[in-house]
Amino acid sequence: MKKDLLGIGDLTEDEIHLVLDTAEAMREIAQRPIKKVPTLRGKTVVNLFYEPSTRTRTSFEIAEKRLSADTLNIAVAVSSVVKGETLADTARNIEAMAPDMIVIRHASSGAPHLLSRICRSRIINAGDGMHEHPTQALLDAFTIREHKKKIDGLKVTIVGDLLHSRVLRSNVLLLTRLGAEVWVSGPPTLVPVGLERHGVHVSSSIDEAVADADVVMMLRIQQERMHGAFFPSLREYFFTFGMTKARVARAKPDVIIMHPGPMNRGVEIDSEVADGPYSVILEQVANGVAVRMAVLYLLAGGSEED
Amino acid sequence: MPVVLDADRISRTLTRIAHEILERNRGVDELALVGIRTRGVPIAKRLARAIRDINRHDVPTGALDITLYRDDLMRHAVGPQPLIRKTEIPFSIDDKKILLVDDVLYTGRTIRAALDALIDFGRPKAIQLVVLVDRGHRELPIKADYVGKNVPTSPTQSVQVHLTEVDGRDEVEITES
Repeated sequence: MKKDLLGIGDLTEDEIHLVLDTAEAMREIAQRPIKKVPTLRGKTVVNLFYEPSTRTRTSFEIAEKRLSADTLNIAVAVSSVVKGETLADTARNIEAMAPDMIVIRHASSGAPHLLSRICRSRIINAGDGMHEHPTQALLDAFTIREHKKKIDGLKVTIVGDLLHSRVLRSNVLLLTRLGAEVWVSGPPTLVPVGLERHGVHVSSSIDEAVADADVVMMLRIQQERMHGAFFPSLREYFFTFGMTKARVARAKPDVIIMHPGPMNRGVEIDSEVADGPYSVILEQVANGVAVRMAVLYLLAGGSEED
Repeated sequence: MPVVLDADRISRTLTRIAHEILERNRGVDELALVGIRTRGVPIAKRLARAIRDINRHDVPTGALDITLYRDDLMRHAVGPQPLIRKTEIPFSIDDKKILLVDDVLYTGRTIRAALDALIDFGRPKAIQLVVLVDRGHRELPIKADYVGKNVPTSPTQSVQVHLTEVDGRDEVEITES
Protein backbone atom coordinates (compact mmCIF):
# COMPACT_ATOMS: atom_id res chain seq x y z
CA MET A 1 0.00 0.00 0.00
CA LYS A 2 1.04 3.60 -0.50
CA LYS A 3 1.47 5.83 2.54
CA ASP A 4 -1.83 7.64 2.04
CA LEU A 5 -5.26 7.01 0.56
CA LEU A 6 -5.96 10.18 -1.40
CA GLY A 7 -7.91 8.66 -4.27
CA ILE A 8 -8.76 5.39 -5.97
CA GLY A 9 -5.70 5.91 -8.17
CA ASP A 10 -3.53 5.16 -5.11
CA LEU A 11 -4.74 1.55 -5.14
CA THR A 12 -3.79 -1.23 -7.51
CA GLU A 13 -6.49 -3.70 -8.53
CA ASP A 14 -5.01 -6.25 -6.11
CA GLU A 15 -5.08 -3.71 -3.30
CA ILE A 16 -8.75 -2.92 -3.98
CA HIS A 17 -9.55 -6.63 -3.60
CA LEU A 18 -7.37 -6.75 -0.48
CA VAL A 19 -9.37 -3.89 1.08
CA LEU A 20 -12.68 -5.59 0.22
CA ASP A 21 -11.52 -8.99 1.53
CA THR A 22 -10.20 -7.43 4.73
CA ALA A 23 -13.50 -5.57 5.18
CA GLU A 24 -15.29 -8.89 4.86
CA ALA A 25 -13.36 -10.16 7.89
CA MET A 26 -13.83 -6.88 9.78
CA ARG A 27 -17.58 -6.99 9.40
CA GLU A 28 -17.89 -9.89 11.81
CA ILE A 29 -16.57 -7.70 14.67
CA ALA A 30 -19.83 -5.72 14.61
CA GLN A 31 -21.75 -8.92 15.49
CA ARG A 32 -19.74 -9.63 18.65
CA PRO A 33 -20.84 -8.82 22.20
CA ILE A 34 -17.57 -6.87 22.59
CA LYS A 35 -17.23 -4.88 19.38
CA LYS A 36 -13.57 -4.06 19.76
CA VAL A 37 -10.21 -5.55 18.82
CA PRO A 38 -6.83 -4.33 20.18
CA THR A 39 -5.21 -3.93 16.76
CA LEU A 40 -4.53 -0.16 16.68
CA ARG A 41 -3.83 0.19 20.39
CA GLY A 42 -1.63 3.22 20.99
CA LYS A 43 -2.26 4.75 17.56
CA THR A 44 -3.72 8.24 17.39
CA VAL A 45 -6.10 9.20 14.61
CA VAL A 46 -7.22 12.78 14.04
CA ASN A 47 -10.49 13.36 12.22
CA LEU A 48 -10.22 16.79 10.65
CA PHE A 49 -13.55 17.79 9.18
CA TYR A 50 -13.88 21.09 7.34
CA GLU A 51 -17.33 20.25 6.04
CA PRO A 52 -20.44 19.07 7.82
CA SER A 53 -20.72 15.29 7.87
CA THR A 54 -22.71 12.89 9.98
CA ARG A 55 -22.32 9.59 8.21
CA THR A 56 -18.69 9.67 7.17
CA ARG A 57 -17.36 11.18 10.40
CA THR A 58 -19.37 8.83 12.61
CA SER A 59 -18.38 5.88 10.43
CA PHE A 60 -14.66 6.70 10.66
CA GLU A 61 -14.89 7.31 14.38
CA ILE A 62 -16.67 4.02 15.05
CA ALA A 63 -14.16 2.20 12.82
CA GLU A 64 -11.23 3.77 14.71
CA LYS A 65 -12.72 2.96 18.10
CA ARG A 66 -13.49 -0.64 17.17
CA LEU A 67 -9.80 -1.01 16.30
CA SER A 68 -8.82 0.55 19.69
CA ALA A 69 -7.18 3.67 18.20
CA ASP A 70 -7.30 6.92 20.18
CA THR A 71 -9.44 9.29 18.19
CA LEU A 72 -9.77 13.01 18.17
CA ASN A 73 -12.36 15.01 16.27
CA ILE A 74 -11.66 18.51 15.10
CA ALA A 75 -14.79 20.26 13.91
CA VAL A 76 -13.64 23.34 12.15
CA ALA A 77 -16.47 25.60 13.27
CA VAL A 78 -15.05 25.62 16.82
CA SER A 79 -11.32 25.55 15.94
CA SER A 80 -8.62 28.11 15.20
CA VAL A 81 -9.55 27.97 11.54
CA VAL A 82 -12.27 30.50 12.26
CA LYS A 83 -9.47 32.77 13.52
CA GLY A 84 -7.88 32.67 10.08
CA GLU A 85 -5.29 29.88 10.31
CA THR A 86 -4.37 28.35 6.95
CA LEU A 87 -4.88 24.64 6.23
CA ALA A 88 -1.10 24.10 6.00
CA ASP A 89 -0.52 25.71 9.40
CA THR A 90 -3.32 23.75 11.01
CA ALA A 91 -1.84 20.58 9.55
CA ARG A 92 1.69 21.37 10.79
CA ASN A 93 0.36 22.04 14.28
CA ILE A 94 -1.58 18.79 14.39
CA GLU A 95 1.46 16.99 13.01
CA ALA A 96 3.59 18.43 15.83
CA MET A 97 1.47 16.42 18.26
CA ALA A 98 2.51 13.24 16.41
CA PRO A 99 -0.71 11.56 15.36
CA ASP A 100 -0.39 8.40 13.27
CA MET A 101 -3.17 9.15 10.83
CA ILE A 102 -5.24 12.12 9.75
CA VAL A 103 -8.66 11.66 8.18
CA ILE A 104 -9.58 14.83 6.32
CA ARG A 105 -12.77 16.14 4.73
CA HIS A 106 -12.45 19.50 2.99
CA ALA A 107 -14.53 21.62 0.60
CA SER A 108 -11.50 22.21 -1.64
CA SER A 109 -10.33 19.55 -4.07
CA GLY A 110 -6.71 18.62 -3.33
CA ALA A 111 -6.66 19.54 0.36
CA PRO A 112 -5.66 15.98 1.39
CA HIS A 113 -2.86 16.09 -1.21
CA LEU A 114 -1.48 19.25 0.42
CA LEU A 115 -1.49 17.47 3.78
CA SER A 116 0.16 14.45 2.22
CA ARG A 117 3.11 16.61 1.14
CA ILE A 118 3.70 18.27 4.50
CA CYS A 119 2.75 15.48 6.95
CA ARG A 120 4.47 12.26 7.93
CA SER A 121 1.17 10.94 9.30
CA ARG A 122 -0.88 8.72 7.02
CA ILE A 123 -3.56 10.78 5.28
CA ILE A 124 -7.00 9.41 4.43
CA ASN A 125 -9.23 11.44 2.14
CA ALA A 126 -12.76 11.48 3.53
CA GLY A 127 -14.01 13.63 0.66
CA ASP A 128 -12.31 16.63 -0.97
CA GLY A 129 -14.47 19.17 -2.79
CA MET A 130 -15.67 17.87 -6.14
CA HIS A 131 -12.69 15.53 -6.50
CA GLU A 132 -12.76 12.15 -4.70
CA HIS A 133 -14.26 10.19 -1.84
CA PRO A 134 -12.36 6.90 -2.04
CA THR A 135 -13.75 5.13 1.04
CA GLN A 136 -17.31 5.72 -0.22
CA ALA A 137 -16.46 4.05 -3.54
CA LEU A 138 -14.84 1.14 -1.69
CA LEU A 139 -17.91 0.59 0.48
CA ASP A 140 -20.14 0.84 -2.59
CA ALA A 141 -18.03 -1.79 -4.34
CA PHE A 142 -18.16 -3.94 -1.21
CA THR A 143 -21.96 -3.70 -1.11
CA ILE A 144 -22.26 -4.51 -4.82
CA ARG A 145 -19.88 -7.45 -4.56
CA GLU A 146 -21.81 -8.84 -1.61
CA HIS A 147 -25.10 -8.83 -3.50
CA LYS A 148 -23.87 -9.75 -6.98
CA LYS A 149 -20.84 -11.89 -5.99
CA LYS A 150 -18.82 -10.02 -8.64
CA ILE A 151 -18.36 -6.58 -10.18
CA ASP A 152 -16.87 -7.49 -13.55
CA GLY A 153 -19.48 -7.28 -16.31
CA LEU A 154 -22.24 -5.64 -14.25
CA LYS A 155 -24.19 -2.70 -15.60
CA VAL A 156 -23.98 0.04 -12.97
CA THR A 157 -26.05 3.18 -13.59
CA ILE A 158 -25.30 6.38 -11.70
CA VAL A 159 -27.95 9.13 -11.84
CA GLY A 160 -28.07 12.65 -10.48
CA ASP A 161 -25.76 15.59 -9.87
CA LEU A 162 -22.70 14.18 -11.61
CA LEU A 163 -20.85 17.47 -11.87
CA HIS A 164 -20.42 18.20 -8.16
CA SER A 165 -20.04 14.60 -7.09
CA ARG A 166 -16.80 13.24 -5.65
CA VAL A 167 -18.68 9.98 -5.08
CA LEU A 168 -19.17 9.73 -8.85
CA ARG A 169 -15.48 10.30 -9.61
CA SER A 170 -14.24 7.71 -7.14
CA ASN A 171 -16.90 5.21 -8.21
CA VAL A 172 -16.18 5.62 -11.92
CA LEU A 173 -12.45 5.08 -11.34
CA LEU A 174 -13.03 2.05 -9.15
CA LEU A 175 -15.87 0.35 -11.01
CA THR A 176 -14.35 0.70 -14.47
CA ARG A 177 -11.07 -0.68 -13.09
CA LEU A 178 -12.91 -3.75 -11.82
CA GLY A 179 -14.60 -4.26 -15.18
CA ALA A 180 -18.10 -2.89 -14.61
CA GLU A 181 -20.03 -1.24 -17.44
CA VAL A 182 -20.78 2.22 -16.01
CA TRP A 183 -23.70 4.31 -17.32
CA VAL A 184 -24.50 7.81 -16.10
CA SER A 185 -27.49 10.06 -16.57
CA GLY A 186 -28.39 13.55 -15.42
CA PRO A 187 -29.28 17.01 -16.70
CA PRO A 188 -26.74 18.09 -19.38
CA THR A 189 -25.77 21.03 -17.16
CA LEU A 190 -24.69 18.59 -14.47
CA VAL A 191 -22.63 16.22 -16.64
CA PRO A 192 -18.88 16.88 -16.39
CA VAL A 193 -17.00 16.99 -19.69
CA GLY A 194 -14.71 14.12 -20.59
CA LEU A 195 -16.52 11.36 -18.69
CA GLU A 196 -16.56 9.24 -21.86
CA ARG A 197 -12.77 9.13 -21.79
CA HIS A 198 -13.03 6.94 -18.70
CA GLY A 199 -15.13 4.45 -20.63
CA VAL A 200 -18.41 5.69 -19.20
CA HIS A 201 -21.64 5.65 -21.22
CA VAL A 202 -23.40 9.02 -20.90
CA SER A 203 -27.13 9.21 -21.62
CA SER A 204 -29.54 12.09 -21.25
CA SER A 205 -32.37 9.56 -20.96
CA ILE A 206 -32.65 8.00 -17.53
CA ASP A 207 -34.84 5.27 -19.00
CA GLU A 208 -32.08 4.18 -21.38
CA ALA A 209 -29.46 4.35 -18.67
CA VAL A 210 -31.52 2.31 -16.20
CA ALA A 211 -32.65 -0.35 -18.70
CA ASP A 212 -31.43 -3.79 -17.55
CA ALA A 213 -29.15 -2.27 -14.91
CA ASP A 214 -27.80 -4.56 -12.17
CA VAL A 215 -27.10 -1.64 -9.87
CA VAL A 216 -28.62 1.86 -9.73
CA MET A 217 -26.79 4.46 -7.70
CA MET A 218 -28.58 7.74 -7.02
CA LEU A 219 -26.55 10.87 -6.27
CA ARG A 220 -27.69 13.77 -4.14
CA ILE A 221 -28.57 17.10 -5.68
CA GLN A 222 -25.91 19.22 -3.97
CA GLN A 223 -27.64 22.53 -3.62
CA GLU A 224 -24.86 23.89 -1.39
CA ARG A 225 -22.42 23.61 -4.29
CA MET A 226 -24.76 25.01 -6.95
CA HIS A 227 -24.05 28.63 -7.70
CA GLY A 228 -26.22 28.85 -10.76
CA ALA A 229 -29.42 27.59 -12.31
CA PHE A 230 -28.64 24.06 -13.41
CA PHE A 231 -32.27 23.00 -13.87
CA PRO A 232 -35.61 24.82 -13.65
CA SER A 233 -36.94 23.43 -10.38
CA LEU A 234 -36.56 20.52 -7.96
CA ARG A 235 -40.04 19.39 -8.95
CA GLU A 236 -39.11 19.26 -12.60
CA TYR A 237 -35.88 17.49 -11.73
CA PHE A 238 -37.83 14.79 -9.94
CA PHE A 239 -40.10 14.25 -12.96
CA THR A 240 -37.14 13.96 -15.34
CA PHE A 241 -34.45 12.23 -13.28
CA GLY A 242 -36.02 11.13 -9.99
CA MET A 243 -35.95 7.41 -9.21
CA THR A 244 -39.51 6.14 -9.09
CA LYS A 245 -40.93 2.67 -8.85
CA ALA A 246 -41.86 2.78 -12.55
CA ARG A 247 -38.24 3.52 -13.49
CA VAL A 248 -36.87 0.83 -11.19
CA ALA A 249 -39.08 -1.63 -13.09
CA ARG A 250 -36.97 -1.05 -16.23
CA ALA A 251 -33.86 -2.40 -14.49
CA LYS A 252 -33.11 -6.10 -13.88
CA PRO A 253 -35.56 -7.78 -11.47
CA ASP A 254 -32.78 -8.27 -8.90
CA VAL A 255 -31.52 -4.68 -9.17
CA ILE A 256 -30.13 -3.01 -6.06
CA ILE A 257 -30.70 0.70 -5.41
CA MET A 258 -27.91 2.63 -3.71
CA HIS A 259 -27.52 6.17 -2.38
CA PRO A 260 -24.47 7.59 -0.58
CA GLY A 261 -26.66 9.85 1.57
CA PRO A 262 -27.89 12.22 2.74
CA MET A 263 -31.02 11.65 0.65
CA ASN A 264 -33.31 14.34 -0.69
CA ARG A 265 -36.55 12.39 -0.66
CA GLY A 266 -38.85 13.48 -3.45
CA VAL A 267 -35.96 15.12 -5.36
CA GLU A 268 -33.58 12.44 -6.63
CA ILE A 269 -35.36 9.49 -5.07
CA ASP A 270 -38.96 8.60 -4.26
CA SER A 271 -39.52 7.44 -0.67
CA GLU A 272 -41.22 4.34 -2.03
CA VAL A 273 -37.91 3.41 -3.71
CA ALA A 274 -35.61 4.51 -0.89
CA ASP A 275 -37.50 2.32 1.58
CA GLY A 276 -38.32 -0.42 -0.93
CA PRO A 277 -37.16 -4.04 -0.98
CA TYR A 278 -34.33 -3.46 -3.50
CA SER A 279 -32.86 -0.58 -1.50
CA VAL A 280 -29.48 -1.36 0.12
CA ILE A 281 -28.94 2.18 1.40
CA LEU A 282 -28.68 1.23 5.07
CA GLU A 283 -26.44 -1.74 4.25
CA GLN A 284 -24.07 0.74 2.63
CA VAL A 285 -23.88 2.60 5.93
CA ALA A 286 -23.21 -0.62 7.89
CA ASN A 287 -20.59 -1.74 5.38
CA GLY A 288 -18.91 1.68 5.59
CA VAL A 289 -17.64 0.91 9.08
CA ALA A 290 -16.10 -2.42 8.00
CA VAL A 291 -14.48 -0.90 4.91
CA ARG A 292 -13.01 1.98 6.91
CA MET A 293 -11.67 -0.47 9.50
CA ALA A 294 -9.97 -2.31 6.65
CA VAL A 295 -8.43 0.89 5.26
CA LEU A 296 -7.21 2.02 8.70
CA TYR A 297 -5.72 -1.41 9.40
CA LEU A 298 -3.99 -1.71 6.03
CA LEU A 299 -2.57 1.83 6.10
CA ALA A 300 -1.24 1.33 9.65
CA GLY A 301 1.32 -1.14 8.32
CA GLY A 302 4.50 -0.31 6.47
CA SER A 303 4.22 1.47 3.14
CA GLU A 304 6.18 1.44 -0.11
CA GLU A 305 7.60 4.87 0.72
CA ASP A 306 9.05 3.90 4.14
CA MET B 1 13.37 -34.12 5.29
CA PRO B 2 12.41 -36.30 8.27
CA VAL B 3 8.72 -37.10 8.39
CA VAL B 4 7.50 -37.22 12.00
CA LEU B 5 3.87 -38.13 11.29
CA ASP B 6 2.46 -39.71 8.14
CA ALA B 7 -1.19 -39.74 7.05
CA ASP B 8 -2.01 -42.92 8.95
CA ARG B 9 -0.40 -41.69 12.17
CA ILE B 10 -2.19 -38.33 11.92
CA SER B 11 -5.52 -40.09 11.58
CA ARG B 12 -4.90 -42.43 14.52
CA THR B 13 -3.55 -39.57 16.63
CA LEU B 14 -6.71 -37.51 16.11
CA THR B 15 -8.90 -40.51 16.96
CA ARG B 16 -6.90 -40.96 20.16
CA ILE B 17 -7.29 -37.28 21.07
CA ALA B 18 -11.05 -37.51 20.44
CA HIS B 19 -11.20 -40.39 22.97
CA GLU B 20 -9.12 -38.38 25.46
CA ILE B 21 -11.44 -35.41 25.11
CA LEU B 22 -14.49 -37.58 25.83
CA GLU B 23 -12.78 -39.33 28.70
CA ARG B 24 -11.79 -36.10 30.34
CA ASN B 25 -15.01 -34.18 29.81
CA ARG B 26 -17.67 -36.78 30.58
CA GLY B 27 -20.61 -35.69 28.49
CA VAL B 28 -20.26 -33.66 25.36
CA ASP B 29 -23.18 -31.25 25.70
CA GLU B 30 -21.02 -28.35 26.81
CA LEU B 31 -18.18 -28.95 24.35
CA ALA B 32 -17.36 -26.78 21.34
CA LEU B 33 -14.34 -26.83 19.02
CA VAL B 34 -12.62 -23.66 17.80
CA GLY B 35 -9.80 -24.05 15.28
CA ILE B 36 -7.14 -21.38 14.81
CA ARG B 37 -6.68 -20.41 11.17
CA THR B 38 -5.26 -21.78 8.97
CA ARG B 39 -4.57 -25.42 9.86
CA GLY B 40 -6.28 -25.54 13.23
CA VAL B 41 -9.61 -25.33 11.39
CA PRO B 42 -9.45 -28.60 9.42
CA ILE B 43 -8.01 -30.35 12.52
CA ALA B 44 -10.99 -29.10 14.59
CA LYS B 45 -13.39 -30.38 11.92
CA ARG B 46 -11.69 -33.78 11.90
CA LEU B 47 -11.92 -33.99 15.68
CA ALA B 48 -15.64 -33.16 15.47
CA ARG B 49 -16.03 -36.01 12.99
CA ALA B 50 -14.02 -38.39 15.19
CA ILE B 51 -16.19 -37.52 18.22
CA ARG B 52 -19.34 -38.10 16.15
CA ASP B 53 -18.01 -41.49 15.05
CA ILE B 54 -17.56 -42.44 18.69
CA ASN B 55 -20.83 -41.28 20.24
CA ARG B 56 -23.00 -39.79 17.44
CA HIS B 57 -22.89 -36.35 19.01
CA ASP B 58 -22.33 -33.21 16.92
CA VAL B 59 -19.92 -30.81 18.58
CA PRO B 60 -20.30 -27.22 17.24
CA THR B 61 -17.17 -26.09 15.41
CA GLY B 62 -15.86 -22.59 14.70
CA ALA B 63 -12.86 -20.87 13.11
CA LEU B 64 -10.78 -18.16 14.74
CA ASP B 65 -8.42 -15.71 13.00
CA ILE B 66 -6.02 -14.22 15.54
CA THR B 67 -4.29 -11.65 13.31
CA LEU B 68 -5.99 -8.63 14.91
CA TYR B 69 -4.73 -9.81 18.32
CA ARG B 70 -1.08 -10.48 17.42
CA ASP B 71 1.47 -8.88 19.72
CA ASP B 72 3.91 -8.16 16.90
CA LEU B 73 1.40 -6.49 14.58
CA MET B 74 2.42 -2.85 14.90
CA ARG B 75 6.08 -3.53 15.70
CA HIS B 76 7.19 -3.91 12.10
CA ALA B 77 7.41 -0.44 10.61
CA VAL B 78 8.09 -1.90 7.18
CA GLY B 79 6.15 -4.32 5.03
CA PRO B 80 2.48 -4.81 4.36
CA GLN B 81 0.02 -5.87 7.05
CA PRO B 82 -0.73 -9.57 7.44
CA LEU B 83 -3.86 -10.79 5.73
CA ILE B 84 -6.97 -10.98 7.90
CA ARG B 85 -9.37 -13.81 7.39
CA LYS B 86 -12.83 -14.39 8.73
CA THR B 87 -13.56 -15.46 12.26
CA GLU B 88 -16.63 -17.69 12.24
CA ILE B 89 -17.98 -18.82 15.58
CA PRO B 90 -21.66 -19.51 14.84
CA PHE B 91 -22.63 -20.32 18.45
CA SER B 92 -22.40 -18.66 21.85
CA ILE B 93 -19.28 -19.64 23.76
CA ASP B 94 -20.82 -18.58 27.10
CA ASP B 95 -20.61 -21.40 29.66
CA LYS B 96 -19.17 -23.80 27.06
CA LYS B 97 -16.04 -25.87 27.39
CA ILE B 98 -14.03 -24.64 24.44
CA LEU B 99 -11.47 -26.91 22.82
CA LEU B 100 -9.03 -24.54 21.15
CA VAL B 101 -7.25 -26.33 18.30
CA ASP B 102 -3.99 -25.51 16.52
CA ASP B 103 -1.51 -27.48 14.46
CA VAL B 104 1.81 -26.59 16.12
CA LEU B 105 2.50 -25.25 19.63
CA TYR B 106 5.77 -23.28 19.65
CA THR B 107 6.32 -19.95 21.47
CA GLY B 108 2.75 -19.84 22.80
CA ARG B 109 2.15 -16.35 21.41
CA THR B 110 -0.53 -17.48 18.98
CA ILE B 111 -2.39 -19.15 21.85
CA ARG B 112 -2.11 -16.00 23.99
CA ALA B 113 -3.69 -14.03 21.13
CA ALA B 114 -6.37 -16.69 20.66
CA LEU B 115 -7.28 -16.60 24.36
CA ASP B 116 -7.73 -12.82 24.20
CA ALA B 117 -9.85 -13.16 21.07
CA LEU B 118 -12.04 -15.88 22.59
CA ILE B 119 -12.71 -13.85 25.74
CA ASP B 120 -14.09 -11.07 23.51
CA PHE B 121 -16.76 -13.51 22.35
CA GLY B 122 -18.05 -14.33 25.81
CA ARG B 123 -17.21 -16.15 29.01
CA PRO B 124 -16.57 -19.84 28.43
CA LYS B 125 -16.70 -22.24 31.36
CA ALA B 126 -13.24 -23.51 30.45
CA ILE B 127 -10.77 -23.44 27.57
CA GLN B 128 -8.65 -26.50 26.80
CA LEU B 129 -5.84 -26.56 24.28
CA VAL B 130 -5.43 -29.25 21.60
CA VAL B 131 -2.35 -29.35 19.36
CA LEU B 132 -1.20 -31.85 16.79
CA VAL B 133 2.50 -31.16 17.46
CA ASP B 134 4.27 -29.61 20.46
CA ARG B 135 7.73 -28.55 19.38
CA GLY B 136 8.84 -26.84 22.61
CA HIS B 137 10.61 -23.44 22.99
CA ARG B 138 7.80 -21.72 24.89
CA GLU B 139 8.11 -17.97 25.50
CA LEU B 140 4.90 -17.70 27.53
CA PRO B 141 3.50 -19.84 30.36
CA ILE B 142 1.20 -21.95 28.18
CA LYS B 143 0.73 -25.72 28.14
CA ALA B 144 -1.41 -27.94 25.92
CA ASP B 145 -4.08 -30.25 27.40
CA TYR B 146 -3.99 -32.69 24.50
CA VAL B 147 -0.85 -33.26 22.40
CA GLY B 148 -0.71 -35.38 19.26
CA LYS B 149 3.06 -35.75 19.37
CA ASN B 150 5.90 -34.07 21.23
CA VAL B 151 8.64 -33.30 18.72
CA PRO B 152 11.95 -32.05 20.13
CA THR B 153 13.33 -29.42 17.74
CA SER B 154 16.05 -26.81 17.59
CA PRO B 155 15.02 -23.16 17.04
CA THR B 156 16.59 -23.22 13.57
CA GLN B 157 14.27 -25.99 12.43
CA SER B 158 10.75 -25.52 11.22
CA VAL B 159 7.84 -27.91 11.64
CA GLN B 160 5.63 -28.17 8.56
CA VAL B 161 2.14 -29.56 8.97
CA HIS B 162 0.49 -30.52 5.69
CA LEU B 163 -3.21 -31.34 5.66
CA THR B 164 -5.23 -32.63 2.74
CA GLU B 165 -7.84 -29.85 3.06
CA VAL B 166 -5.17 -27.16 2.63
CA ASP B 167 -2.09 -28.77 1.13
CA GLY B 168 -3.39 -31.83 -0.73
CA ARG B 169 -1.68 -34.38 1.56
CA ASP B 170 -1.42 -35.39 5.23
CA GLU B 171 2.11 -35.21 6.62
CA VAL B 172 4.15 -33.55 9.35
CA GLU B 173 7.83 -32.98 8.61
CA ILE B 174 10.78 -31.14 10.10
CA THR B 175 12.82 -28.92 7.80
CA GLU B 176 16.04 -26.98 8.36
CA SER B 177 15.46 -23.30 7.70
